[in-house]
This record gives sequence, structure tokens and C-alpha cells, in this order.
Amino acid sequence: MMADAPKKIATRAAYGKALVKLGEANPDVVVLDADLAKSTKTDEFAARFPDRFFEMGIAEADMMGTAAGLAASGKIPFASTFAVFAAGRAFDQVRQVIGYPGLNVKIGASHGGITVGEDGASHQSVEDIALMRAIPGMTVIVPADAVETEKAVFAAARHKGPVYIRLGRSGVPVIFSDNYNFEIGRAALLREGGDVTIIACGVLVSFALEAASRLAEENGVSARVLNMATIKPADDEAVVAAARETGAIVTAEEHNVIGGLGSAVCEITAEHFPVPVERVGIRDAFGQSGTPEELLRAYGLLPEDIVKAALRAVERKRGTTR
Amino acid sequence: MLGCDVHCCQVPALAEDEVRMLKEKARQVRIHVLRATAEAGSGHPGGSLSSAEILATLYFKVMRINPKDPGWPDRDRFVLSKGHAAPALYAVLAEAGFFPVDELLTLRKFGSRLQGHPSMKHTPGVEMSTGSLGQGLSTANGMALAARLDGRPTRVYVLLGDGELEEGQVWEAAMTSVHRKLDNLMAFVDYNGLQIDGPVMDVKSLDNIAARWRAFGWHVLEIDGHDIRAIFAACEEAKSTKGKPTVVVAHTVKGRGVPFMENVVDWHGKAPSRDQAEEAVRRIEQEAE
Repeated sequence: MMADAPKKIATRAAYGKALVKLGEANPDVVVLDADLAKSTKTDEFAARFPDRFFEMGIAEADMMGTAAGLAASGKIPFASTFAVFAAGRAFDQVRQVIGYPGLNVKIGASHGGITVGEDGASHQSVEDIALMRAIPGMTVIVPADAVETEKAVFAAARHKGPVYIRLGRSGVPVIFSDNYNFEIGRAALLREGGDVTIIACGVLVSFALEAASRLAEENGVSARVLNMATIKPADDEAVVAAARETGAIVTAEEHNVIGGLGSAVCEITAEHFPVPVERVGIRDAFGQSGTPEELLRAYGLLPEDIVKAALRAVERKRGTTR
Repeated sequence: MLGCDVHCCQVPALAEDEVRMLKEKARQVRIHVLRATAEAGSGHPGGSLSSAEILATLYFKVMRINPKDPGWPDRDRFVLSKGHAAPALYAVLAEAGFFPVDELLTLRKFGSRLQGHPSMKHTPGVEMSTGSLGQGLSTANGMALAARLDGRPTRVYVLLGDGELEEGQVWEAAMTSVHRKLDNLMAFVDYNGLQIDGPVMDVKSLDNIAARWRAFGWHVLEIDGHDIRAIFAACEEAKSTKGKPTVVVAHTVKGRGVPFMENVVDWHGKAPSRDQAEEAVRRIEQEAE
């Protein structure tokens, strides 16, 4: 674990607080939830702006449609539920009445990935990024910490068009300082390095930093770390630069290796600058019950897994492949 | 509180010349639907023809719209939840002046603003993209909620198909409309009794359709969906019904106005040939004389 044990805040908690701030700044912002306001933390907005909060009950499809109607009338709706319901259950609504007309709906999808923990696979979304990424015109953001979450919420509100923001249930270390300049579509360089680049998002960003430290100390490998919060539109330039300058890439995400960040990076490198890429992620499997820590270990998403992947990538780059 | 289930209440009646005008508009809608689908070689004439009077009455008498300023914030909204009736919607929009009538013959063609199903991004006057059934009422609720938040006089109208009621989201949305007391919202069910795979009653029974809506808490009216006076009266009654949304179960005939199409399920999603269309148009024009 990290030596100085920074403060941990769940990105969903930061989302709830950011919505209140945003609500104060912009009267057009409205929030919808589907009987999970206490979990997605939209209850804080509900308490502060009861007239602009719509409890839709256990009806995610209806919630997305209602959000579309509100957006068609000039509102900026943030529709919130668990990622598995937002992207999965309501996929067709998101596609048909939000994505296709390009309406200004923001989807705040909490409880992404397996760190949902004990609830098990029914509530652990391992495919939401793939689903949302495939909708034309959809912006997909996976913030890494509380600071980035707040900035992403404000950026999403400024952005015209649909945005999917994936949030986590469990506390994650605060990485960014308040003066961090978040921009949709722009990856953030967290650590410079020349041998390999670790491109991460969400929960795995702090693990990527830890892995980079270990690689330097234990293996003499200099790893660059990029936080690619915007999965779509991806920062092609940063990925190509990483490929060109470090010659090897590791991706790290709390999502199926099919269709998420790893896929996005592979698409970019394959087209523009092919280099060895190792994907750390869930290997096409459903989750299960357990503590977040147990699950991260079982599914190979810990810093040590990133270290191993980085060493493999470096070996491949040097032509001494497995 | 209004207790009646039919248009028995005291509402301003339509003048004779208005009824004549609206009948003529409905005839024009039918002619446009026939010619546009024939020209396209595909499309959904049956359910377009069954909704002609409802659309004509809404667009040329009931709704407050301004085709010169399609984005006017206080305008009334219409959502065609049964998006496959797009040819009828395009017909009223063109007749109202949102785009040239000539453009109707570009229906479904590459590069046309008139997509196979309504697209708000493509077509002036289309308020919501529809086509995947079951979704329109939710979006209409959102528009009604926005109007209420902003204190606008906007009323929101939505047209559902009867087969469409088999989609569960309709009932999620029906609960929302009532829970939110959306009396600025009015729904029509185009109850023509037929869907692609056969009679709605056989596919998945909609027995007691009015009772179902009533049980959900809606103010329910049942009318002849081709009777312009009844449609108008229902709209007036909906306006004066406070605290709950109104739904009109409009009994209609699929393919109405074209004898060889009436009540024939095949004409749900099949275009007439040019000759068939012109023959039908001649009959509709003769009727008018």
C-alpha cells in the first residue's frame, strides 16, 4: 500500500458534492435518480434543490427517457443510478433518445466495476464502458479521484451533448491537487518515464502510480504514468506519444479487457504506432461477492499485476518475448 | 372534478367551417402518406392513416406552435411515440409550414431530412427522436416537467400505438405522469387493434384498455379517433382536468380512408405501389367533393 496513505474518498461521494456546487452555479441543472439516491449520493442535491430533483423510482428506462425530455426542453439533467443499470438495463433508452438525438443528458453511473464488492456480479458492471463507448457521439469519463470527479462534473455540464461518467463505490486516494486542469479528451501525465507507459483510469490510477514507483525501485524500469480519464474521445496524441517515446504500453482498468480503456488504446496504437500493449483488466469474466480488496486481487488488478504486465511489455519491446 | 369517460362535458364546440377545414387537413395527410410511402417504396401507411384526424386536429386547431420559430420556448410539444407513423407526422409538419410540402416525397431517401422514423436532429418540428417503441411517454413526461419548472404554459401531447402498450416502459412512464400530477400532458392511444403479427388481442390481449389506464390513475376518455369534434372536445376536457394527466383511447381503423387497406394487417409496414396510391388518392379526393 502507499507509504503516506493519502485521504480516501469515493468518487460517488465527490459526485454528490459536485452536483450541489453545480446546482448552485447553474439553475438549469436537474438531477434524476432511480431509488438509489443514498448510494449515488444525489440525496445531497435532493435536499438542497428539492424542486430540481426527480426521484423516478425503480425505473431506469423511464428515468433516461424523462431525462431526454428535460434536456430537449433546455435542462441539463444528471441521471444517476448504478453503472450496471445505467448502461445495461437502460442501454436502448440511452441509445435511442439520448445518444441518437445528441441530447444534453449527463449520466452519473456509480458502483462501476468489481469494487462494488459484496453485492456480487449482478451489481458489478464490467461492460458499461464498452457499451457506452460504442454509442456514436457519447463522451465517456472515468475519474480517478475526488478532485477529478468534481472537475469532470463541471466539464460535463459545460459540454454540449451526452456524457457518461463512471464512478466508484469504494474510497480511492486523492491524487490531484485543486489546481489540476481537467479537460475532456485530454490525458494527464502523472509521472514521466522512458521505458514503458502505464495508461490507467479510475480506481487503477493510484495503483499505476504505485506500480511505477516499484518498477523504478525494484526493477530499474522507468515508467510513465498517464491518467486517461476520458476514454472517449480518447487522447490519441498522448497515446501515440507514449508509444513512440516509450515503445511499450500497459493499460489498467476495472473493466472487461474487451471494449474498455485497453481496447481503446490498442485501437489507437494499432492504427498509428504499433507497440507491445499489455492489458490489465478483468479477463472476460463476471465478478462475484467479496471485499473490494479480495476481488481486486482475485481478478489481477493490483499494483503488482501492473508491475508484472509492465515487465512483460518491456521484454516484448526488447524482443525477448515470452 | 370531471367524472365522465366520454366527451359529455361542456366545452366550446368546433364551428362547422373548422370541422370542414380539419377534415380537409386529415384528407391531405392521407394523400401525403400514400404518395410519400409509394415514392419511398417502403414505410408504414396503416398506422399513419389511422392517426390522421388526431394529428390534423392537434396541429391545426389545438396546439400552440409557430413553424416560423420552431424553437419558441413556450410552444406546445408533440411526441410521436409510435414513430413508425412518421409519414403522417411529416405530412402535418409540412402542411403547417415547418418545411416545404414537396420535400415529403424525399421520405426515407438517402440524404433526406425525413428519416424512416422521426429524428429531431434531422427534421424541423420533430420534438423527439422515436421509433424504438415504448419510449415516447417518458420523454413527454420530461418535457412536461421542464415546462412546469420554468412556469411555461406549454402542453405536451403524445401519441402511442396500441401494440406499443406491450412495452413495459410505457407503464413505468404512466406511473410517473400520475405521480408527478402532470395535467399539462395528454396522451392518445391509436387503438386500431392491429400490430405486425396480427390482431393486438391475439398477440397480447389489451382487454379493458381504458380500465388499465384508469387503474394507473389517469383521467381516461374513450372516443372515435376519426371524429374531429370528439378529438377536440377531449383536448378541451384534458386542459380543464387538473391534478392528473388525461389519456384518450381513440378507437380507430388501421388504414382508414383507403378501402383496400382498412383493417388489413399487411398494410402496417408495406408501401402501396404508385398505381395503388393514385387510385386511393382519387377516392379520397372524390369523397371530398
